Order: sequence, then structure tokens, then C-alpha cells
Amino acid sequence: MLTDSVGRSDSLTFVQGFRDCLPTLFGYISVGIAFGIVGTASNLSILEITLLSASVYAGAAQFAICALLLTGSPLSAIVFSAFIINLRNFLLSAALAPHFTKESFLHNIGVGVLMTDESFGVAATKLKQTGSLSAHWMHGLNLTAYLFWNVSCILGAVSGQWISDPEAWGLDFALPAMFLGLLFLQLEHVPSAKWKLYATLIICMIAAMLGLSLLFPTHVAVILATVIVASLGVVLDK
Amino acid sequence: MSINSTVLAVIALSALVTVIPRILPFLLVRNLRLPDAVMKWLSFVPVCILTALVIENLLMQEESRLAIDWPILLILLPTAIIAYKYRSLSMTVVSGVLLMAIYRYIV
Repeated sequence: MLTDSVGRSDSLTFVQGFRDCLPTLFGYISVGIAFGIVGTASNLSILEITLLSASVYAGAAQFAICALLLTGSPLSAIVFSAFIINLRNFLLSAALAPHFTKESFLHNIGVGVLMTDESFGVAATKLKQTGSLSAHWMHGLNLTAYLFWNVSCILGAVSGQWISDPEAWGLDFALPAMFLGLLFLQLEHVPSAKWKLYATLIICMIAAMLGLSLLFPTHVAVILATVIVASLGVVLDK
Repeated sequence: MSINSTVLAVIALSALVTVIPRILPFLLVRNLRLPDAVMKWLSFVPVCILTALVIENLLMQEESRLAIDWPILLILLPTAIIAYKYRSLSMTVVSGVLLMAIYRYIV
């Protein structure tokens, strides 16, 4: 049997962080392999793919960088796209940062540098369960994810010489499935008195995403819709 | 093993603009106490952003046209039932990828 959802244990050690990362690993591996294959198909060398995944460490932006390099876009346009796509990390870090103020400066930098959608999702779930977070637990979570992401990207880059279409294997579905799973884990911890509020917010988010995506690129719509609907949540929450 | 200097510049600068939004809140929050309204606002961010990311994966933007990725939506529904029933991330992702692979094999 595969590991359960995020661990129920109250301990916030490095090892517990590693354990809590395990349920997300298949997602990192699937998307990482898919990225390596796409990188190879975009004429990047294995060394370039390795550097990209190790230093940018952000799935969506890495795919976008490959696509833009392939079409010969100017440097400034590629870097600006990467910035906009990853700007949502500001919201993720802002939501978790207040829970690490007692930790040292270096620990805070360490936690922030490796922030991803998935590690954020796991941490937000942990926070709802235990009421607190620790830097050591977060490092265990983040470093495990970072290691598996990079190994998977390299594996994909190597196997890209034989496999050309990651979609045929369903690997592109790992990302939406992961976000859906993390969303359900979040909702599990909503107190029953707030179900109506959260249902309203989710419906508003769907409407806002559809509407804003008509006007903006979807990665901009993600940020705008979140800012607007989270504000609505503050207004509606009595 | 080769590396192109333009690609290297793209990687270095993209890494820089990615790391700034990641660490900036940690630097800012250390030196100020956030008001309760802001903390409440931040508590809604997880559900909002995860919903947004699911929807983003369902949308395709092609030359200023917005379209829905129907196969993704089709497979997302049984995956949602599995996510709700088993409350397990690995179970959700593995069965989702399997369902999508089967769909692509058949269609």
C-alpha cells in the first residue's frame, strides 16, 4: 500500500518532513521525467536541463523557458515570463512566512528558496493539523522534493532519446491530479461552520479564473483571482 | 555535454527572478507583525491558489482564444472522486496518470 495522506504525527522533525513528502513524490517524478523529455525535444543538452531544474526549480516556468528558447524569443522576454509565472510563489511564501518568524535568518532563507506549490500544499495541510510548522520539518520536506525533482528531470533528459511523447503515458496529468489532491486535503480541515464560505470561494475562484483568463495569460489570472477571492473571503467571513 | 552561453544567461537570470518572490516574504515578515485581517487573508490563499492551479490546467490559451482541455476535464472528474474517497495524494496522482494513459491509448 502506498503511503497515506500527509502524516498525522505531531512531531515536526526533519525525518517527519521527509515522510510527509513521500505522498507527493510520484507527482514530482512524473512531471520531472516529462520535463526532461520535453527539454531534450527542445534541443537542450542534459547539462543544460540539469542546470535549469537545479537552479530555477519550478515546473511551469521550466516548460515555458524550453518553449520560448525553441521559438528563439529574446532573453528579456524569457526572463520576464519566468518572473511572472513564478510570482505566485510570493503568495505561497507570504502565507507560510509568519509561522517561521522564531527561526533563524538562514533557516528562513532556506525554507523560502525551495518553496513549491506542492511543498506549500503539504505545509498548509500540516499547519491545519498541528497548528505550527518548524524549519527542520520544512527542510526535510523541501530537500526530499528537490532531490527527486532533479533526479527525475535528468532521468527524463536521458530517456528523451527514446521516448518523445510524455503525454501518451499520461504524465502531463500528474500536475492537475496533484493540485486536486492537495485541494481536497485542504478542504478536509475546514470546520463545518465554514463549509458554505469555502464553497462560495471555490465557485468564485472558478468564475474568476475563467473570466480573467479571457483577458490575461492564465498564470497572471492565477495571481489576480487569488488576490481578489481571498479578499472576498475576508469580507464574507464573520 | 554542451552548454550554450545564451541558454546559460537565461537559466541564471530566470533563477534570480524566481528566487526573489520565494524569499522576500520571509525577509519582510521577520521585522513586522502582520495585522489580523492580513493573517485571515493569507489563510484563504491555500484553497484559492490550489483551485486556481487546477482550473489553469484545464484551460488552453491559443492566440487570444480560450478553450477547455476536455480530456483533462473528463479524467479530472473520476480523479476527484478518488481524491475525495481515499484522501491520499499518491493514490490520487497514480490513478489520475493511469486513467489518462488509458484514455490516450483508447482515443
